[in-house]
Amino acid sequence: MTKYIGKSVKRLEDKRFLTGQGKYTDDIKLVNMAYAYILRSPYANATINNIDISEAKAQPGVAAIYTGADIPESIAGVPCGWQVNFKNGDIMKEPPHPLLVRKKVRHVGDGVVMIVADSRAIAKDASELIDIDYDIHDAVTDPKKAAEPGAPLVHEELPSNVCFDWELGNPKDEVAAALASAAHVTELDFTNQRVVPNAMEPRSAIGHYDTAYDRYTLHTSTQNPHLTRLLMCAFVLGIPEHKVRVVGPDVGGGFGSKIFHYTEEALVTYFSKILGRPIKWTADRSEAFLTDAHGRDHVTNAKMGFDANGKIVALQAYTYANMGAYLSTFAPAVPTYLHGTLLQGLYTTPKINVDVTATFTHTNAVDAYRGAGRPEATYLLERLLDLAALEMKVDPAELRFKNFIPAFDGVTQPGYQTQVALQYDSGNYEPVLKRALEMVGYEAFRQEQANQTNGKLLGIGFSTYIEACGIAPSAVVGALGARAGLFESAQVTVQPTGKVSVYTGSHSHGQGHETTFAQVVADKLGIPIEDVEIIHGDSDRVAFGMGTYGSRSLAVGGSAIVKSLEKVLEKGAKIAAHLLEASADDLEYNDGKWTVKGTDKSVAFGDVSLTAYVPHNYPEGIEPGLDFSSFYDPTNFTYPFGAHIAIVEIDKETGAIKLKRFIAVDDVGNVINPMIVDGQIHGGLAQGIGQALHEGAMYDEDGQLINGSYMDYCMPRADDFPSFEIDRTVTPCPHNPLGVKGAGEAGTIGSTPAVVNAVIDALWKGGHEVKDIKMPMTPERVWNAMQD
Amino acid sequence: MIPTSFDYKKANSVEEALSMLGDDTQILGGGHSLIPALKLRLNSPGTLVDISKISSIKEISDGGDSIAIGGGATHASIANDKSLDQYCPMMGQAAREIGDIQVRNVGTIGGSIAHADPAADWPAILLAADARIVVQNKNGSREIAADQFFKGFFETALEEGEIITAIHIPKSQKNSNSCYVKFKQPASRFAIVGVAAAVEMDGSVVKSARLGLTGVGEFAYRATAIENALTGKPLNETTINEVVQNATENTNVMSDHFASEKYRAHLANVYLKRALRKLG
Amino acid sequence: MANKISINVNGKMHTGAIEARKLLSDYLREDLSLTGTHIGCDTSSCGACTIHLDGKAVKSCTILAVQADGCSVTTVEGLATNGELHPIQEGFKEEHGLQCGFCTPGMMMTATDLLKSNPNPSEQEIRDALEGNFCRCTGYHNIVKSIQYAAKKMA
Repeated sequence: MTKYIGKSVKRLEDKRFLTGQGKYTDDIKLVNMAYAYILRSPYANATINNIDISEAKAQPGVAAIYTGADIPESIAGVPCGWQVNFKNGDIMKEPPHPLLVRKKVRHVGDGVVMIVADSRAIAKDASELIDIDYDIHDAVTDPKKAAEPGAPLVHEELPSNVCFDWELGNPKDEVAAALASAAHVTELDFTNQRVVPNAMEPRSAIGHYDTAYDRYTLHTSTQNPHLTRLLMCAFVLGIPEHKVRVVGPDVGGGFGSKIFHYTEEALVTYFSKILGRPIKWTADRSEAFLTDAHGRDHVTNAKMGFDANGKIVALQAYTYANMGAYLSTFAPAVPTYLHGTLLQGLYTTPKINVDVTATFTHTNAVDAYRGAGRPEATYLLERLLDLAALEMKVDPAELRFKNFIPAFDGVTQPGYQTQVALQYDSGNYEPVLKRALEMVGYEAFRQEQANQTNGKLLGIGFSTYIEACGIAPSAVVGALGARAGLFESAQVTVQPTGKVSVYTGSHSHGQGHETTFAQVVADKLGIPIEDVEIIHGDSDRVAFGMGTYGSRSLAVGGSAIVKSLEKVLEKGAKIAAHLLEASADDLEYNDGKWTVKGTDKSVAFGDVSLTAYVPHNYPEGIEPGLDFSSFYDPTNFTYPFGAHIAIVEIDKETGAIKLKRFIAVDDVGNVINPMIVDGQIHGGLAQGIGQALHEGAMYDEDGQLINGSYMDYCMPRADDFPSFEIDRTVTPCPHNPLGVKGAGEAGTIGSTPAVVNAVIDALWKGGHEVKDIKMPMTPERVWNAMQD
Repeated sequence: MIPTSFDYKKANSVEEALSMLGDDTQILGGGHSLIPALKLRLNSPGTLVDISKISSIKEISDGGDSIAIGGGATHASIANDKSLDQYCPMMGQAAREIGDIQVRNVGTIGGSIAHADPAADWPAILLAADARIVVQNKNGSREIAADQFFKGFFETALEEGEIITAIHIPKSQKNSNSCYVKFKQPASRFAIVGVAAAVEMDGSVVKSARLGLTGVGEFAYRATAIENALTGKPLNETTINEVVQNATENTNVMSDHFASEKYRAHLANVYLKRALRKLG
Repeated sequence: MANKISINVNGKMHTGAIEARKLLSDYLREDLSLTGTHIGCDTSSCGACTIHLDGKAVKSCTILAVQADGCSVTTVEGLATNGELHPIQEGFKEEHGLQCGFCTPGMMMTATDLLKSNPNPSEQEIRDALEGNFCRCTGYHNIVKSIQYAAKKMA
């Protein structure tokens, strides 16, 4: 039955990408298409006195120039899809995010004028002839400073820059009492710095209005076309949803940044009707740096208390989270329900309290970036644990073994109820760390470290993480503030000839759904994988979908497919029973055919499908056709976990860090395609390690992004990494039909603190007992730590 | 990213190129400094004169006591040149550290030094190699010693209407060696500190040394005090630690978000020592 | 002002008149509809636009189309012959060297140049050679293996 599931089937989608035939949004050319360039604010906080477009408008080839004044007041801007309430119950502050700014720009890159012309070059040339008169004001960029009284206001109509405050877990006094009685308390102030997602394909959008059908089409580089359509139609433009088609064609990576509904999507859609021409906008990389929603940007103080035996007794965390100037689609969820809820980690900590203040600043929006909240939670816990081990002079691996939640399968044993709202589905945490220690050769490493004499400092760092994936069920996320359901849909259409078209609401932008999903379908139906096609990314072809993020596609989207497949087989059995003149209960389905149990009488899947569409000899009371849709709304999140170990070497003279080895043992539940899962882990590791060592957006005091290009923002390269050493354990998810948990974010979530911990370990071994090195851990920062 | 409009003229010879130069013209060599600036519209010339097709300035040839590298020679051709590896090993070492494969295939040494980025690699090497830069103008040609060529922040001795046609690298003597070591800016991979060291030995002691540093100050410079201090001494750990105390003396050390002034100065010493150790 | 050019792209001659400021990458994508060559940055850093110009890997975003006049260009669309994948394409498929596919054409064009000058590169040599090509999906792990696969296949 499992000819494909569990096998490293080579990707079916590869050929088009390998031959240059992939179709990304900017590759699409429509007849009579015009090109948009968006003139953006060069200032972080300024009032617009006047915009003079007269000279630009007169240029040959300029089709139109639009400002905020060309957008009706009824179009307020792009919405936020997640509501978090203040501790006192008030709704979070949610100022409008206009498509084009009329009066006040709030970050460098805020869109002010859209120039549309016959070519990109003409649009860009014309933009230089536009004169905007600004009054420039002071800016604030740090999330903690933004909360201070007297800080420059991002939204002058609000009393302060605080978007919301929020708290979760046990009462603070109980946590304080536990900390007070602890034998040891480790405290750490740190920053989880802002990073730029940098999907290699810059965002692009093409709006097209078809007068014949009174219908819009938006092609856009999105992770979730249907959600974009819903948000844009219902909350921005007020156009009927059935009159809009949104297509997310091939998309060159997302990492969260292409989940959100962006202003440019609404602009090209809205103005394509007014102009009467399709309008294409594609971001330059510099624009992507300024406008793709950024990630992380937390400033945190945390305390972890231990008893005399090294058992964790309490955790208190205070975090300031930077929202940027406007609320992006899921921004409020990240520091709260995707962060605070994960602070149980893999440990039995009995008292936990997390307190978050989210603030507006004069910076680009911050939202979900690969891992989204869970990396920040993991960073908090894992940094504290390794630091505590150093301070208490105990082994960091031993300290973890001592505190792990005991194994539970979620079937015969109940899930684990945390102090911070979640109930883990299944877990078995010791084996991942044991396996990682075995792979690293822990004792031998400690020997090598103790004996090192070559002018370098060796260090080892640990991280044992858990994540909540799937981002569902709807009732739970709804209770947590989501303004959308978070299920997934799938339609399985069996063609008369037995070939199968699957329409999924998940969206593949590198994850390999066209292969993994096909493996599931082929095995469940017992047909060759070549007979299956996975269709995604087009709201006219796929009825509905919630898209791909939060490592949810297989666990939620894959499960929806399984539900439809079950319906296909159930109906197929009735047709087969009729053809075989047997009872459906007496049939078994194997290898693509229904057989009467204990006989050699059988009918093939293709014969049944043909009968369903040519129902001449057909059971009574059964509709023709073999085509089913399903919506799958899971009963819980899924909870992958793992253990990561980094080994680094520090050059004592320069502070330069060499990542020598990286070991990752992850448990993502059942695995459909090991090759693809390994690839997801590799990529995640590189992003997590990138944050630790290389990446970090830097705003100066005036709100200028000072490293907004690849000449200054360090993208990790091939020569920054060793080959990764990875393995996995398998603890199936007990509540979805495939037993899968999700693999997209694991690498990113676990890896960052492991690398930082390794550097801190190396420094302590060299006699420099520092608590923290700011990320990215540049050579200078490390060198400075050695100069005390 | 689209440059502003300009006219384009392709030159087939240096003479033709010189005749095309005039007001509001700029020379296009490999274009790997110029085109990025054009795309960002930091630079908007009226006319580009393309010298990248002039074959006579692309060659690397043996000029007797020196190797003559055409101004239009690519970094890749320098990296692959065996005679340079023999007579001036730091040239190839540096060429292989510039940019990446694609950049090295197009970017030229002449274009790079004319641009004179303070973090570029070549200036340090040309200083240490005692190179002579041959430039041609409408009146003929002249030679500029590397020591006189790099004059300031993106500033050289090159005048309007001049084209770099060749760089002469003196062949090193027997008992000589050279090397280039570099601490890279992690994003751009330009030099935060690049040290080119050329040392000629007289038996067991240093006869002469030339030490070029780039990335450190507003333009590349020689650490002459250290060169002098090395002379007559054995090139060993004791000497190196003794003479390399302040590699940034008389230099206005740059500071940016990748390296503060203090750290850069420290790295200059560390990398100067590393270069000398490689030769010791 | 229009400049006449004549370029051999993937074995086919193309002539046309273009603005001097048109980048080779834009010429390939817009004028010839060869959209396999991608544009991922503004600073000649990411390598998504890598093609072969007269047999050498170059960043087509940093070359004017007029400069390619009279030259021969190979893009990713020209790698396979008669529908048969080039060994580097096969390597990327077999070793799962691509995810979203955006950096892939540039990666493969750089890799084929590397393998020409160094048919049997070490892992470190491969990683060094990819200095001018960014990938955000794979962590480069399987890209290295893909190139090793191609090297072996081409040996």
